[in-house]
Amino acid sequence: MTFPIDRRRFVGLLGLGAAAQFTTIGARPARAAERITVLNWQGYGTDEKWAVAEFTKSTGIEVVHDYFSSEPEMITKVRTNPGAYDVVLCNSARVSQVQAENLLAPIDFSKIPNAAGLAPKLRESPSLVLDGKTYGVSWVWGMTALAARTGKGALPDSWAALSDPANKGRVALADDSTAMIGIGALLTGQDINAPKDFDSIKATLRAMKPDVKLLWSSEDQWNKAFTANEFDVAPYWSGGAVRSIRRYKLPLAYIVPKEGAIGWLDSLTVPASSTKKDAALQFINYMIDPGFYVQWVEKAGAPASAYAAAMDKLPADDLNRVTYKADYLPHLQFQAPLSDDIRQKINDLWEETKAFYAQ
Amino acid sequence: MTAATPAGASAKAPPRALPGWVATVALLLPTYAWLTLAVFLPLCAMLLFSVLTKAPFGNVHPQLTTANYMVFVRQPYLLDVAWTSLKLGFLTTALCALIGLPAAMALKLGASGRLRSVLFLLIILPFWTNGLVRIFSWTMVLREDGFLDMAVHAIIPSAPSAGILFSQSAIVIGLVHGYLPYMILTCFISLLAIDDSLIEAARSLGARWPVIFLRVILPLVVPGLVSGAILTFVPVIGSFMEPRILGGRVGVTMGTVIEDQFTAAFNWPRGAALSFTMLAVVLAIFATFSGVLRQSAARADASS
Repeated sequence: MTFPIDRRRFVGLLGLGAAAQFTTIGARPARAAERITVLNWQGYGTDEKWAVAEFTKSTGIEVVHDYFSSEPEMITKVRTNPGAYDVVLCNSARVSQVQAENLLAPIDFSKIPNAAGLAPKLRESPSLVLDGKTYGVSWVWGMTALAARTGKGALPDSWAALSDPANKGRVALADDSTAMIGIGALLTGQDINAPKDFDSIKATLRAMKPDVKLLWSSEDQWNKAFTANEFDVAPYWSGGAVRSIRRYKLPLAYIVPKEGAIGWLDSLTVPASSTKKDAALQFINYMIDPGFYVQWVEKAGAPASAYAAAMDKLPADDLNRVTYKADYLPHLQFQAPLSDDIRQKINDLWEETKAFYAQ
Repeated sequence: MTAATPAGASAKAPPRALPGWVATVALLLPTYAWLTLAVFLPLCAMLLFSVLTKAPFGNVHPQLTTANYMVFVRQPYLLDVAWTSLKLGFLTTALCALIGLPAAMALKLGASGRLRSVLFLLIILPFWTNGLVRIFSWTMVLREDGFLDMAVHAIIPSAPSAGILFSQSAIVIGLVHGYLPYMILTCFISLLAIDDSLIEAARSLGARWPVIFLRVILPLVVPGLVSGAILTFVPVIGSFMEPRILGGRVGVTMGTVIEDQFTAAFNWPRGAALSFTMLAVVLAIFATFSGVLRQSAARADASS
């Protein structure tokens, strides 16, 4: 917030960069120019221009990006393009599904010095460790909670706002089956990863019909529609909410409803088919570095870092500290791997609900 | 010497050098090789996927099943979705014909030379921009406080909001805009083939313009209308971009359901089965229509 802090940090980063450069040069004096391809959501940290430039400058490794707009699309791309990707962002809940087809390489933590700083609970999340091997480096975590336009009276404190008659035609739902069925499960007091009573979830989601104006599937679409005053209340990703407030000054409040919210942990993985695994791990090491994290938060807005000490480096009044309050954690249900049967049921129910909304 | 011999031989008997079918095959080979590679093989792969339990990527071992084709029975809401898509197809095609045929006639009758080239350019112009860009421009026009809304309020300040984004009308507007050029071009080509002397003959026999249109022009322009309708109807019932972006909540069509099976649910087999079911429905519709058209053509021939 104040200039001296910025400058101190800047100098610190300079030192860090220089150190990184020194170690790389020491280890491999004649590094050939390498290029790694990262598969991620668009605008989600790894493709920040300054970060890619900084990484390329210190390691000589070029970084190019490809994007997906849904997690299944990510899996499709990894499945059908062997060798095309070196670093893939993978929701921890999806790691076992991807690894069931042996698409991922086990992580060699000895090549990621920064991994020592990751919160042990996240680093060794049961979703990431399979048969004693870890297939993803926990990177950031966040939630899907409720965003509401400010200046429109009392802010909602419940997911029930999505079917509140007061919000008729002013709601945008996420076009994401796991998120929406998860919200239905929270509203009906069920486990989001293994709901048993699908009928009550169906009824809960159907009750939202009069309020639903549109379905959003990307952060960009969310921001555009919110700016155009198309809706007031919507489920939203915590990282997106912080970016919308910080970067676009959108008048929104981000709320963890009393029923709870859906927590997620994103990890960075290396496909088994990658031919540049060392370079990929170097990039992952850079991505979990608190130095990168603090800059990411300041320049763009980011979810909560899995690197335990990184959050403490933020100013006390930082939006991220406000958004990711420690009190929220007990209210979060973290997404876990879903069985094929449950996933199919979730997809079918959401598809049917969308058709119901369209009638 | 060796090079001169065949040349001399072919000079002696040029017409018999190659059988006609060899030339035909040689000319068609690139097209069919390309179609086999780019259309037929992927289509076969999709047909295979549609009878598997899982998409055969990675280390999965799918089994054969017909369950994917039973999805319309098990999830009857898909019938409503399919009906929505067909209605969208019929409405868009009808509107394209209603707007496209007069435009084509204006091009043929009213314009010539430079004016015609300019008008032609204006019709083809939308093809030069990306489809997604065109659809997003429509969102700016159709939304509340959009250009349309502003224009209406500039004329009648007390008018209610004219924003129609996220409605069936918005989807139809986007689709008609996208596919109208096909209809105009196919109708125009049919109209060009009409001999002007036919129209002159009708006029010299005392026919008024409505009669000329109904009895002379319309029957001759039917082939253009039919190919325009096919070029419009088929992509429209499979469209997913326009319904998704312009339709908001109401934008659920077979196109978006099939897209979701591929991109969101990763159920390629079901997506493929849905695609082939829709293909069968479209072929059935065309078979019915072509039967009707052939009968009416035969009747017209018999009566003349």
